[in-house]
Amino acid sequence: MSAAYRWNFGPVLENLDVLWAGALGTLRLFVICVVLGFGFGLVVGLGRHARSRGVHLPATAFVEFFRNTPVLVQILWFYYALPILLPFQISPLTAAALGISLNSAAFSAEIYRGGIESIDRGQAEAARALGMTAAQTMRRIVLPQALRRMLPALTNRGIEIFKMTTLASAVAYVELLQQGKLLASLNFNPIETYTVIAVVFFLCLFPLVQATYALERRLGRSDA
Amino acid sequence: MTTAAAPSPAGDTPAGTAHPLMRVRGLEKRFGDHAVLRGIELDVMPGDRIAILGASGSGKSTLLRCLNFMERPSAGVVALAGQAVGRAAPGRAGAGRRSYDEAELTRVRQRVGMVFQQFNLFPHMTALGNVMEGLRTVRGQREAEARTRAGAELARVGLADKAEAYPARLSGGQKQRVAIARALAMDPEVLLFDEPTSALDPELVGEVLRVIRSLAEEGRTMLLVTHEIGFAYHFANRVLFLHDGVIHEQGTPDQVLKHPTEPRTRAFIERHREFDF
Repeated sequence: MSAAYRWNFGPVLENLDVLWAGALGTLRLFVICVVLGFGFGLVVGLGRHARSRGVHLPATAFVEFFRNTPVLVQILWFYYALPILLPFQISPLTAAALGISLNSAAFSAEIYRGGIESIDRGQAEAARALGMTAAQTMRRIVLPQALRRMLPALTNRGIEIFKMTTLASAVAYVELLQQGKLLASLNFNPIETYTVIAVVFFLCLFPLVQATYALERRLGRSDA
Repeated sequence: MTTAAAPSPAGDTPAGTAHPLMRVRGLEKRFGDHAVLRGIELDVMPGDRIAILGASGSGKSTLLRCLNFMERPSAGVVALAGQAVGRAAPGRAGAGRRSYDEAELTRVRQRVGMVFQQFNLFPHMTALGNVMEGLRTVRGQREAEARTRAGAELARVGLADKAEAYPARLSGGQKQRVAIARALAMDPEVLLFDEPTSALDPELVGEVLRVIRSLAEEGRTMLLVTHEIGFAYHFANRVLFLHDGVIHEQGTPDQVLKHPTEPRTRAFIERHREFDF
């Protein structure tokens, strides 16, 4: 059967506008999740680093909860369960953005924390000795150095987020995979459609990954 | 042991005519069960150049770090220009413990500069950027104003030509001179040096000590933890010898370094002069 299969990409290529709409949806969700996930992750990461238990413990609980539950389950929960508990409807975009962003926040929080803790204690001491506040020390001295070190790990996280956007198809959010499902079921050609979807993702991500490697090499050099 | 009878509580009693810039009373520091400082009494007068000597573990670095509150004292009072830092914490089990407000400690640190053994320059900033950082972030100075001042401080330590160099491109001695310029730019009332030459190759020690000596000639108030006994002799007007968390012997350099009365002080100095000739 497999040897006899005749590939026909015609129906897929005739519907590029459908895929284009999906690509825009993927991009929109990706940008939202990167901004929210990395932004909130920084807050949580700083919380994990904080000495006060009232800050430290909730941040740790957040990280552990969202690291140890599947994103797909979270998206479905936000979409189907949350509207029952709360008096408003949740759009597929909101549910997907919440699930992916919170998960990304949990993972990136650990990257931030590791990056901050990798900076020599003497750096913060020198800043405090000049009379900087804890916040100024973090913003001016520790974070700029830590971010440089964290850049490769954060880029990897970004690639994960890009791939995770496909989970939004579970709540029928219009993104690449969702549009692919639509085409596949209309044209009865899942093989060609999903092949094209996979290739599109590869073409988006491969250059990004290569750029990450180059970045890692460059940062590794300047550290020496 | 010469833990003298404790003078009056800090802050309110003028000592003689001149007022001490820094007054330390009953200073203790414990890390868990381990007592590193066990009752330090010290008056730092304006213009004092105090060398602090002692074996490793005697508490000399901890003493310095308590003076700008990089470490919070476990007990005792540090007063800066007559103002006791922190507030007595009444009703607490540990007698003499004080409560400290982080904002107050930040203001104290703005007046007490520190130079570290490991330099701790900010590697993501140029030499000039390092010296400007406190002026910009803490003092809120404008770029141009901070740049002028920072340039002058770099020139003072002989590094005007290295303004645009990043720390990674500087020698250890140059790094430490930048660190001194960084501290000086903040116009500190007291300058603390924590073994400023211990991390340096021997041939780089001299350039750093020359800068410190030039500051002494300007009449700056300085405390210096060091192993360089010869330098301490020429630099200081007072020498403290710490042993086991207390000031074991103190006096003029001549008294402490040439004619020590305590056997431990004598043994320490002999060990450090073993290969002098």
